[in-house]
Amino acid sequence: MNSQLRWKFIFIAAVILLCIYGLIGVPTFPTSWSQIKQNLADRIKLGLDLKGGSHLVLQVQVDEAIGQRCDQAVDQITKQVHEKNITVGEISRVDDTHILVRNVDPNTSGAFRDLVNNQFTDWALSPAAGEANGYVLAMKPSIVADIRRDTMDEALETITRRINALGLTEPTIAFTGRGDNEILVELPGEGDPTRAKSVIQAGGQLELKRVVDDQTFPSESAARASHGGVLPPGTEIVVGKAESTQAGQPTQQVYYILDRAPIITGQDLRGATPAPSSNYPGQYEVRFQLSTASAARFGPFTEANIGHRMAIVLDHKVYTAPTINGRIEDSGIIEGNFSQESAQDLSLVLRAGALPASIKYLEERTVGPSLGADSIREGVRASIGSIIVVMIFLVIYYRLSGVNAVVALALNLLILLAFMAYAGAVLTLPGIAGVILTIGMGVDSNVLVFERIREELRSGKAPASAVAVGFDRAFLTIIDTHVTTIVSAVFLFLFGTGPVRGFAVTLVIGLLSNVFTSIYVSRAIFDWHLSRMDRQAGLSI
Amino acid sequence: MEFFRNVNVDWMGKAKYFVALSLILLAVGWISILRYGGLRYGIDFRGGTLVYVRFAGPAPVNQIRKGLQDAGLANSSIQTISDNVLNGNSQNDVVIGIEKKGEGDEALDASKQAILDVLHKTFGTANTAGKQDFNSITPSSLAAYLTQKDPFSLGTNANDRYNQLAQRLTNARDKDHGGIVTNFDDLKNLDGATPGVLAALKDGFALDNFTIRDVEVVGPKVGAQLRRQAILATLYALAGMLLYIAFRFEWVYGAAAVIAVFHDVLITLGFFSIFHFEISLTVIAALLTLVGYSMNDTIVIFDRVREDLRLMRREPFAQVVNKAINQTLSRTILTSGLTFLTVLVLFLMGGEVLRAFSFAMVVGVVVGTYSSFGIAAPIVVLWNKYRGQGTAARAGSAADKRVAAGARR
Repeated sequence: MNSQLRWKFIFIAAVILLCIYGLIGVPTFPTSWSQIKQNLADRIKLGLDLKGGSHLVLQVQVDEAIGQRCDQAVDQITKQVHEKNITVGEISRVDDTHILVRNVDPNTSGAFRDLVNNQFTDWALSPAAGEANGYVLAMKPSIVADIRRDTMDEALETITRRINALGLTEPTIAFTGRGDNEILVELPGEGDPTRAKSVIQAGGQLELKRVVDDQTFPSESAARASHGGVLPPGTEIVVGKAESTQAGQPTQQVYYILDRAPIITGQDLRGATPAPSSNYPGQYEVRFQLSTASAARFGPFTEANIGHRMAIVLDHKVYTAPTINGRIEDSGIIEGNFSQESAQDLSLVLRAGALPASIKYLEERTVGPSLGADSIREGVRASIGSIIVVMIFLVIYYRLSGVNAVVALALNLLILLAFMAYAGAVLTLPGIAGVILTIGMGVDSNVLVFERIREELRSGKAPASAVAVGFDRAFLTIIDTHVTTIVSAVFLFLFGTGPVRGFAVTLVIGLLSNVFTSIYVSRAIFDWHLSRMDRQAGLSI
Repeated sequence: MEFFRNVNVDWMGKAKYFVALSLILLAVGWISILRYGGLRYGIDFRGGTLVYVRFAGPAPVNQIRKGLQDAGLANSSIQTISDNVLNGNSQNDVVIGIEKKGEGDEALDASKQAILDVLHKTFGTANTAGKQDFNSITPSSLAAYLTQKDPFSLGTNANDRYNQLAQRLTNARDKDHGGIVTNFDDLKNLDGATPGVLAALKDGFALDNFTIRDVEVVGPKVGAQLRRQAILATLYALAGMLLYIAFRFEWVYGAAAVIAVFHDVLITLGFFSIFHFEISLTVIAALLTLVGYSMNDTIVIFDRVREDLRLMRREPFAQVVNKAINQTLSRTILTSGLTFLTVLVLFLMGGEVLRAFSFAMVVGVVVGTYSSFGIAAPIVVLWNKYRGQGTAARAGSAADKRVAAGARR
């Protein structure tokens, strides 16, 4: 063996060892057969379609967060204008990003413009079309983009905290990168995502608010009528949680008039835990503790309002409105006919924090564990079966050279799997499609080379030169076919979605390793064989 | 061993028959597509709800239909599927589908819940007995139950044992019993499934004779978006291949290859309609695979044409193409044959999930191989004739010469 060939084999051996190590040597070096199997299972990550689990795509309603910012601005402007004695007409929100201010007194319009330009720098001020003395405030596009980004980041963090608190194994929570404002949640092994879905979707916005007049109303109009048809400034009507007190009884809807500004919000919480209800046996309640800073506000407030009612509002619904019996420092209770599980989930949601905007589910796929097990067993069995048939055929058809092709194919698969393990790529059903195309093109590369060598032998060339010419000629074809397919796979990766991408990734890795095995490795084996063989002997092909 | 040697077929002389055959196949397929009012998209692209249920015995389709009707879901579709093409008799699996019901996402979720409710009401024995269904319990819940029951009387020393036992029990259920256990005693040979454990299971669980294997809920908006994105990605990929081949050969080769591949996809879609397969995201992966496969086949022939052009400068172009096809025929038959074998095995044994996928591959391999010499090559020949370059002498282009120079080096 000449030294060039020796180095080739050392390189090939190094690649093989590295691949084998990558597949079964990590995380702990195997000492038993079961350890090897365990490592292999750990390294080859299976997609949900093969393993079973839930795949959820949800959309964050980002416009809500923008609209909320707009509402806040309306409130603040109203307050500021009042303080600065600027005379204006109606201040209203036109849509999520526009505020209309009508009838600004010409004498104070200078002050109004100064106010907006100095204190509301997120907004661009312009005269309103068709309105005498009217102005439009438009939220600046950069601010809109900021809110979008922040809302998405916050939603992702909140959902991650909630899912982690549920204690599911290896969840994936990420932006889909597909449409607008979408988040992907994958829960491997989870056969029933109902609970996870409701925990993710729960708003989790807790607010403690003062109840105006300490009473409830049967309808919104009744509540309004109690104040002569106009609500007191800074208050709002909030609906109570509909609960039928007895099974079979129609639910009694109640309405409250509450202060708009909350005393305590979810951000002031230090902790929340479920506990059996002390008032209603068999039910559960959620107990929460406040942070020190908010307790300093809450204590004086409760002391000043002894005998009055305070509403516990969750996601814009009043859960309970207990009467304050004494000074409360830093704790509270949410009652609401909870089961143990729903009390657990609510405290989990409260601890994880509120979502910045509500969410909608766009997609839900749940593959049961038995289906996943079936598809992987059948798919793998069929694939291995057909690969073996192909290999046997190659050996029969090309004799010793066929063995060469079998080695190249096996090595191709080994490199493909090892590379996927190193890259942390996930094997999915479309990924298996990529593997099949890789095998097909691997077989093809070998056949191309062998047929070419046969042709050259037929034209009377000596084995050594036939092998050399055969590889050289087939090389161009193999490069062309592989580069074309890799080009298309790159486009599929760039523009495709999940499954299509999985296909593209496997394909690119497989084709690269195929070029290596069917040209470099196969050629080295041929050269080694030729170097040991009698000059006059025929090639076994 | 060798199948073909010195083949001498006038492929280009038969080109009109190939084109006629393709037109017939296209027409048959697309008449079928039009007859059914368009392609049958799967839930991925259409939006809707789909619940895949396995029963312990043959699926009681009529009862399911009645239950769904009573629940006001008369517009739902029920389709029985067999687990394996080879033993098509077992009709235990059923797919219940509901088309998008209104535009709201809540409506979709509601229809999923409605289907599950109907199933539980009609066939659920567990709920009526006040017990949980063992066939739908998750390993973690089962572990919690066993820890609480403590059939081994381990107390606080239980550590991981009940978790492992729960894992083994659910594994046995899902892998050995296909997701449905019909009798708790079937589990008695399992490591750790002592009589005490089985008694505990019988005490807390009932066995519904059905299990939910797969649920898919896709909003209609997402469906349309996925469809658009899959088509776009494929078109970009085709354009990329066209550019590369145009760069390596001539643009007409690129165009011919892409037209041939397009032809393959259209014919395969036709076959999908004829045999009532639905087009899902997985099928898109199969179509992409066949695009790659067919393209590979075409390039092998083109490559040989390019090579032969340099050796046969005086022969008619069509003859050069004929020779190239004949020279590569052995390789074409071999590779296609082996690939066909692979996907055929996958189609027959690969199970339900891979069915539509491997069907696309079976059709695609045949059509893709044929289109390389039946469609792609004639297009190039026709183009050369049209430009009055009937002989090979003048067919070499700048790109060709560049590659030729590179090859000689």
